[in-house]
Amino acid sequence: MAVLVVAEHNNAELKDATHKVVTAASQMGGDVDILVAGKGIKDVVAAAAKIDGVRAVIGVDHDSLERQLAEAMQIVVVNLMDGYDAVLSPDTTSHKNYMPRVAAKLDVQQISSVTGVESADTFIRPIYAGNAMATVQSTDSKKVVTVRTTAFAAAGEGGSASTSDVDAGVGALKSEYISEELSKSDRPELTAAKVVISGGRGMGSGENFKLLEGIADKLGAAMGASRAAVDAGFVPNDWQVGQTGKAVAPQLYIAVGISGAIQHLAGMKDSKVIAAINKDEDAPIFTVADYGLVADLFKALPEFEAELTKAGY
Amino acid sequence: MKVLVPVKRVLDYNVKARVKSDHSGVDLSNVKMSMNPFDEIAVEEAVRLQEAGTATETIVVSVGPAKAQETIRTALAMGMDRGVHVQTDEDLEPLAVAKILKEVAAAEGAELVVMGKQAIDNDYGATGGMLAALLDWPIGSAANSLSLDGGALNVVKEVDGGLQTVKLQMPALVTTDLRLNEPRYASLPNIMKAKRKPIEAKTPADYGVDTAPRLKTLKVTEPAAREAGIKVADAAELVNKLKNEAGVI
Repeated sequence: MAVLVVAEHNNAELKDATHKVVTAASQMGGDVDILVAGKGIKDVVAAAAKIDGVRAVIGVDHDSLERQLAEAMQIVVVNLMDGYDAVLSPDTTSHKNYMPRVAAKLDVQQISSVTGVESADTFIRPIYAGNAMATVQSTDSKKVVTVRTTAFAAAGEGGSASTSDVDAGVGALKSEYISEELSKSDRPELTAAKVVISGGRGMGSGENFKLLEGIADKLGAAMGASRAAVDAGFVPNDWQVGQTGKAVAPQLYIAVGISGAIQHLAGMKDSKVIAAINKDEDAPIFTVADYGLVADLFKALPEFEAELTKAGY
Repeated sequence: MKVLVPVKRVLDYNVKARVKSDHSGVDLSNVKMSMNPFDEIAVEEAVRLQEAGTATETIVVSVGPAKAQETIRTALAMGMDRGVHVQTDEDLEPLAVAKILKEVAAAEGAELVVMGKQAIDNDYGATGGMLAALLDWPIGSAANSLSLDGGALNVVKEVDGGLQTVKLQMPALVTTDLRLNEPRYASLPNIMKAKRKPIEAKTPADYGVDTAPRLKTLKVTEPAAREAGIKVADAAELVNKLKNEAGVI
């Protein structure tokens, strides 16, 4: 039994999501190899080889992989699958983009966003926005699995896997990368942050999200939002926490002006500690919050920031 | 250009899913069902393409039980031209649905497929990507906006950290994200008009597709419940609790 893990990286750095998928892969039993597909990925391959429990790292370097175009990733992964019983990736946007293509080409049913590995063919995954957990057993000869990384601990360092280069085998494609507009931020990434502070429709406007910034700065927090706040146009879509956005599980999640719709809870209820500020004491968010403050956020947020200052933050 | 939009009838997004007591699945008896929200966005986009003179015909397809016809009617009331209903009472997996949709796209001569990025019931987020691969078409996932550029389609996609633009050769497949558009409400005259629009009745067997499931659902359970905590009096107490009791700041 051999499992291929597709690395999450930005061509320069290996992302922690990879370590978490390695943990999930190890729980299936068998050998774990890592595929690093990108452009100019020497450092990423070297970093991946240091992850504990990894047998080999395969580097595939090609122009079309710099932005991991779906068509190109599909070709690279499918070409490697003769040697593997399963392929696992994080369930982030870059992998959601091509993993279904891989599954269709291999004629297998993808198993998406697993939060638990029971055995080499049986997995636990959330359905209905996490309101139910399904245990599913795959009867396909190969498994194509995306992993909800917040559900797994990161594999450690200290390994010394072998490394090799493989030709991409990518020819002419029907799609091309044009441009990217990434939001620049000094704050930690939403899915990796230890503290997340999110605003909802109650924030009233995009401008008012500034009230969260001072607190986020003090706590080194990432900033997020509910779908309602994204729908209302207050903040960009990639801030969205929930069923149709990102799943986060920080040490502390602070929900401000968020009522706690089912679809939002799906993305944050695995946080270690949840604090909520909302003026409606019946808001569903309080049913999951460890600490609830029933207050007008426009009054409570400046006070919260001032109290943090007093406490030395 | 012919545009095909697959839609799914799902548990309404405002209704909380309840797990059946025998752990065989989620209870869908006597609950409100609606069109998958991302599919509504896809329908809206197709209708806008037609209003702009880009789409020559818009076809809605649903693979599902008899009542999926209501969902098709909703899309017709929003402005789509005609429907195809592939009737099955089984809860088909994305791979089987994608195989059926491939045949529908071929039979209809579709040049663009617009569909939701995920269905909010089973949350696989896989059917679009699978269909694109089976058709050997390029894909623009999680679209924020679309624009035709000569014979190609520029898709601005939602990605982690921001937006990315890709250029796709036609024919192509696009999956929708939240900010692509705001779906319209069907007006009463259009709802009446939709009743007379044609819906073709089909079955998976008509397309010769093997729909046998690949996954066995062993059990469906409630997620671990989270207990409600305490209410604090003010911001000072909140900071104190987070720092000294929870130790998370």
